[in-house]
Amino acid sequence: MMDFIGKRKIWYALSLIVILVAIGSLFMQGLNFGIDFRGGTLLQLKFEKAGITGTEIRAALEEFGLEKSSLQQSEDSFIIKTAELSREKQADVLQTLESKIGKFTLLRSESVGPVIGDELRRVGLLALVIAAVLQIIYITIRFEFRFGIAAILALMHDAIITVGFFSLFQYEVDLTFIAAILTVIGYSINDTIVIFDRIRENLKLMRKEELAALVNKSIKQNLVRSINTSLSVAFVLVALLVLGGETTRYFSLAMLVGVTAGVYSSIFIASALWYDFVPTVKGQKKPVKI
Amino acid sequence: MRGEKIFALIIITVLIIGGAFWAANPIQNNLKLGLDLKGGVMVRLQAQGAVTDRDIAQIIEIMRTRVDSLGVTEPVIQREGKDRVVLEIPGIEDPDSAINLIGKMALLEFKTMDGEVILTGKDLAEAQEAKDPQTGEVYVGLKFKPEGTKRFAEATARLVSMYPQVGEKRDEKRHIAIYLDEEIIQMPYVSEPIPSGEARISGGYETLEDARKIALLLRSGALPVPVEIIENRSVGPTLGTDSVEKSKLAALWGLAAIMIFMLLFYRVPGIIADLSLVLYSLLLLGILLAIKATLTLPGIAGFLLSVGMCVDANILVYERLKEELRNGKSLRAAIDAGFSRAFTTILDSNVTTLLAAAVLFFLGSGSIKGFAVTLSIGILCSMLTAITFIRYVLKALADSGLVKNTKLYGA
Repeated sequence: MMDFIGKRKIWYALSLIVILVAIGSLFMQGLNFGIDFRGGTLLQLKFEKAGITGTEIRAALEEFGLEKSSLQQSEDSFIIKTAELSREKQADVLQTLESKIGKFTLLRSESVGPVIGDELRRVGLLALVIAAVLQIIYITIRFEFRFGIAAILALMHDAIITVGFFSLFQYEVDLTFIAAILTVIGYSINDTIVIFDRIRENLKLMRKEELAALVNKSIKQNLVRSINTSLSVAFVLVALLVLGGETTRYFSLAMLVGVTAGVYSSIFIASALWYDFVPTVKGQKKPVKI
Repeated sequence: MRGEKIFALIIITVLIIGGAFWAANPIQNNLKLGLDLKGGVMVRLQAQGAVTDRDIAQIIEIMRTRVDSLGVTEPVIQREGKDRVVLEIPGIEDPDSAINLIGKMALLEFKTMDGEVILTGKDLAEAQEAKDPQTGEVYVGLKFKPEGTKRFAEATARLVSMYPQVGEKRDEKRHIAIYLDEEIIQMPYVSEPIPSGEARISGGYETLEDARKIALLLRSGALPVPVEIIENRSVGPTLGTDSVEKSKLAALWGLAAIMIFMLLFYRVPGIIADLSLVLYSLLLLGILLAIKATLTLPGIAGFLLSVGMCVDANILVYERLKEELRNGKSLRAAIDAGFSRAFTTILDSNVTTLLAAAVLFFLGSGSIKGFAVTLSIGILCSMLTAITFIRYVLKALADSGLVKNTKLYGA
């Protein structure tokens, strides 16, 4: 049988390494904020002529000093992201692209002012904090405070890993990323609660059991459920990642990373943390009665 | 009793599968799709300076007139926060000119050559394009409100008396300049005092269509305060359709994978899980239809994620059932025990997720809100199916005696 509590130092260490990498990356290179956060203009074009290269587009953009803009090919269309362009300038840029390269359809255009980006960052952070506080309150009411703290630490673990992953690979962070992180939080806490719920139940049933063994048993009883549920969610996310369009790609990627971190943290970290929070009477094993 | 239960089970199965086939098309055709899925324009306007409620109401009215002139169906124009207005215009041919029209100030001013403002757009009662039957000249006819009429009469009378015409020589100062968005569009000479409150702007237009555009701008009025476009997004219809097709495909494959997995892993309960997933999807989509929710791309993602919650409810119940059976309980007792124990877990775990969704709903805007709505409704639906449907069918199955071998329940 797997010893989740006895070997918890190993699991902690593993998580700590990943978290340090995540935080390190966040400090070193930060996040690659999309135009939702930074403000800017996005143009997605599909040229009628096939075989257009990014170099051609860059050359055309040079006239406006925009050759350093991010350029990305998505199937048969191009996504250009620049600093925020005025309506007139955007029209100029589009006209130049048409005359220099050829006719195209404008599939998508987005322009976001800097105010929106600031607001989004503020609201996003606020949403995270409020959600976390509400969840601690709920868990404290339904369980007890120590469970709440352990759950929130596990949740932060998942959120940091997901954000760090996006920082490490410099994937773009946009509006849907906030939604992804919040859902990850929802899932993570859900996963953790299911195990805590089992511990709570076993605390009543197995009064003679040693606490470490009791927690181990609770985790084990839930192992199949944790894995099966995460697998089911992963099925949907992989389908969305592979078959879904450009817009949902990073959303599903973020979710996938978060859900993976969430399974790990709820099995290996959350209950172990709670176990460590339960005070020990000197020289004695931890009591079952809390 | 046994026969009854078997009959009920058959009816339920037929109803769910039949319902899915029957509802597939109506749901697809009637679900309101967001701009990201069907194509359209979203514009967020920020009113500048100190803004009153009345100003915002007026801006919304003006925007409505402008958007209506584009001839689109179901535009959504609403206030956001204290000083913002959001416009959502679906299915539009030329997003660019729509955004330009929306962003137009339409600040109309009549000024003397000394720069004194005689009238503004607020004094305007009517603006109509027309063609002079005699000269064929295209013009925009203006009619002023009583207050404006009075001031216009005074100003014209004053100009005529102050700068009398000597012979053919027209005094420069006897002109009135008409500004639209700080650009002179006309500078007519005041030949006589105009007490009637009617004036013409002519000369600047090539076609009647040009005049119509100006008249429309004037009619839809001058904005009470300047507005700035702080955000605009437009999605072409092809990209939208593409997204719908791709998400549909992803949803189908994702669901299929889950259903096969559940069937293989849980056997008999797996069938119930699959039926509950179909029922759940119908329920969720039905509610979205009923409350006229708009389905956006993140909304689809929310739907798919809540499917995960529904599966989770099933898994929690069946895992418990398995345990209880292994502990030596009879099938019926195991179902009861499994249910009552799984239920608190389902409740606690779902409420915490619901909290996150609620926060998103209240703080988020636009598509994030849509995501929160589908996720929350999804969670509620999954709890509902778990406590009613799964429970009933499991019990009916046990009572019917169709499947007695507890191994088939995972024991």
